[in-house]
Amino acid sequence: MDLLVTTASYLSIGLGVVALLIGSLGLVRLPDVYARIHAVGMIDTAGASLIILGMVIHAGFSLVSAKLILIGVFMFFTSPIATHALARAAHMMGVVPVGRNLDKPARKTAKKAAKTSVKPPVQRKAKPKSAAAKRRPS
Amino acid sequence: MMVIAIIACAVALIMALVRTALGPTAFDRVLAVNAIGTIVILGIALHGFIMERPEFVDISLLYAILNFIGTFAVLKIFSTGSLGDAGTKRPGDK
Repeated sequence: MDLLVTTASYLSIGLGVVALLIGSLGLVRLPDVYARIHAVGMIDTAGASLIILGMVIHAGFSLVSAKLILIGVFMFFTSPIATHALARAAHMMGVVPVGRNLDKPARKTAKKAAKTSVKPPVQRKAKPKSAAAKRRPS
Repeated sequence: MMVIAIIACAVALIMALVRTALGPTAFDRVLAVNAIGTIVILGIALHGFIMERPEFVDISLLYAILNFIGTFAVLKIFSTGSLGDAGTKRPGDK
């Protein structure tokens, strides 16, 4: 039984460490705010939850594990709210995602043109691209 | 295993600090600081377990609450320019 508890605790903490390292690597490597939010979501949910679960299994049934479960539940609910507010604020302040360099109305017209005609509007693409590049914060 | 976990927390903290230093927009920096807060919470709890003093979990819980509130405060300053208005002017309004 003791061996089982120790194994489960170590396995959970090990998986959490792997998720933590993958998430922090993604935070450095990914190209965009909206892409980096995914990496931070990995740290906040998978890494933190698994490490806290490992500590709960290690601590057994006590007040410490109750507090750890409280931390886990709190982070489980608040970190998606924080990242959602951050993505919304970035979108409102005009951070353009990588790969979507067209402006919003121009993108709509481009989509409509692509729906009606097979030929994509090539010469129309140049103007909004420059406008979006001007708008993008450096 | 706890020692390995706290070393991994340190590595992840250094990577998040790199992103805080180089992040092109301010939102990258807010995101990285949020991640640093999460990693610090885990590190404090793990440190309490390593040192056989589980009272550190209380400090960890306090940091979890402060991290959430702090992220929202900084985002509100970025969006509206102040912390004290009544919310009549939204950032998306024209």
